[in-house]
Amino acid sequence: MPDDNKKTPLLDELEKGPWPSFVKEIKSAAESEPMAADLLGQLELSYQEKISHWKHGGIVGVMGYGGGVIGRYSDVPEKFPNVAHFHTMRVNMPSGWFYTSEVLRKICDIWERHGSGLFNFHGSTGDIILLGTRTDQLEPTFQELTHLGFDLGGSGSVMRSPSACVGQARCEWACYDTMDLCNEITHTYQDELHRPPFPYKFKFKFSGCPNDCVASIARADLSIIGTWKDDIQQDNAAIAEYAAAGVDIQKDVCDHCPTKCMEWDGKKLKIQNRECVRCMHCINVLPKALRPGKEKGAVVLIGAKAPILQGALLSSVLIPFVPADELLETLKELVSRIWDFWGEYGNNRERVGELIQRVGMATFLDAIGLDPVPEMISAPRDNPYIFFKKEDAEAAGDGNGAAAQR
Amino acid sequence: MPAATETIAEAMYQMVAEYMGKKNLKATDLTKAMIAKFGEAECTKEDCKHAIRLLIDSGRCVYSYFGGSYITLPHKEGAAPE
Repeated sequence: MPDDNKKTPLLDELEKGPWPSFVKEIKSAAESEPMAADLLGQLELSYQEKISHWKHGGIVGVMGYGGGVIGRYSDVPEKFPNVAHFHTMRVNMPSGWFYTSEVLRKICDIWERHGSGLFNFHGSTGDIILLGTRTDQLEPTFQELTHLGFDLGGSGSVMRSPSACVGQARCEWACYDTMDLCNEITHTYQDELHRPPFPYKFKFKFSGCPNDCVASIARADLSIIGTWKDDIQQDNAAIAEYAAAGVDIQKDVCDHCPTKCMEWDGKKLKIQNRECVRCMHCINVLPKALRPGKEKGAVVLIGAKAPILQGALLSSVLIPFVPADELLETLKELVSRIWDFWGEYGNNRERVGELIQRVGMATFLDAIGLDPVPEMISAPRDNPYIFFKKEDAEAAGDGNGAAAQR
Repeated sequence: MPAATETIAEAMYQMVAEYMGKKNLKATDLTKAMIAKFGEAECTKEDCKHAIRLLIDSGRCVYSYFGGSYITLPHKEGAAPE
């Protein structure tokens, strides 16, 4: 435990309560790792003075890579010499975050040899985060990680490590193989992952169904969310069993449907599939009775981001439906056009969603060669943001220009 | 006749050196400048990508991060302790 000079009364507050505490874990590490002990000391100082004592390093990294290492230096190295350098390394996680316990132990061993031994499993993009090492330990760590079959992830103005839900490996709702697509995209765009070519970061996230367990609609520049085109598969006998077991179909299912597309007469559930917006609520409540349709694929959305420079954005639909077996080729074609336009017209530190806001979706679609369709919306039942030209509407047979005025 | 990767890399290096300390240059800035200098027929985006890789792998230039990612000449890390 810390001596009197290393008491941490403010941090100790974060150990109270029933939830896990990072302070407790760092204290545990500090018993054998001086870096962790100094980390606690510097953090306590920051809490006392209400100011960060970290400085950002600009050029540390491994040879040839422009990402994967986030430089951190202490601005009070005389007080805490063991965290004078405290760089973070991002390690590209496996698709779906599947590990063997053996490989996890090996990663821990590597990090105890070369760094603080502290991790985040996982960072918000999904990478394994190795917290705290010195500049001279970056290359040796990288070498050992690559021998174990791991690579660094993305940081800076790169394609960030693509992430995917567990998909068909564990989940029966997955409408396409998220892990395979994530792996393919990761390997296809290694250059964009490691050598910063963009105005700012670019994130892919792959969700197998509209439950969107990786929150791609809120955080990915390009969200690929599984969906289906035909009707929800329905087992009426199983629905009757749910009702007999006490599930209130009207209250718990129909009343929560955002489009009120289903009716329950006490015996049979009737679904107006044309009105369904794939919210997944009914399927989540009645998993043995309802399933996604058979014609599976994904919707591709663009432009989400968390708030950093500007406010948060949610994705907008870019392609309403791509069959599962056409996803990879469609994405490759689409991404090259998006990156070309963004690289040409994007401002420094401007995410692609912000560029679209600035130039307008119609201009963006025109630039990447996609025809506007009514399904291109920012939220179900929202108005399309496409304004059709009057001559286009007339050419399509709408002689009074009604579509143009929509 | 397409410009050689080494020629593009040298032109990029000169540009990075000229702007060092005045303006941070991104990969896209260098790419646009090289296409303007050599012409689209003689210098493609792919050529520029190879040239940047040559500069980085040789150690003549490094990636740096100041809010975004830039390409600069190697220099002492300002934030590093003495």
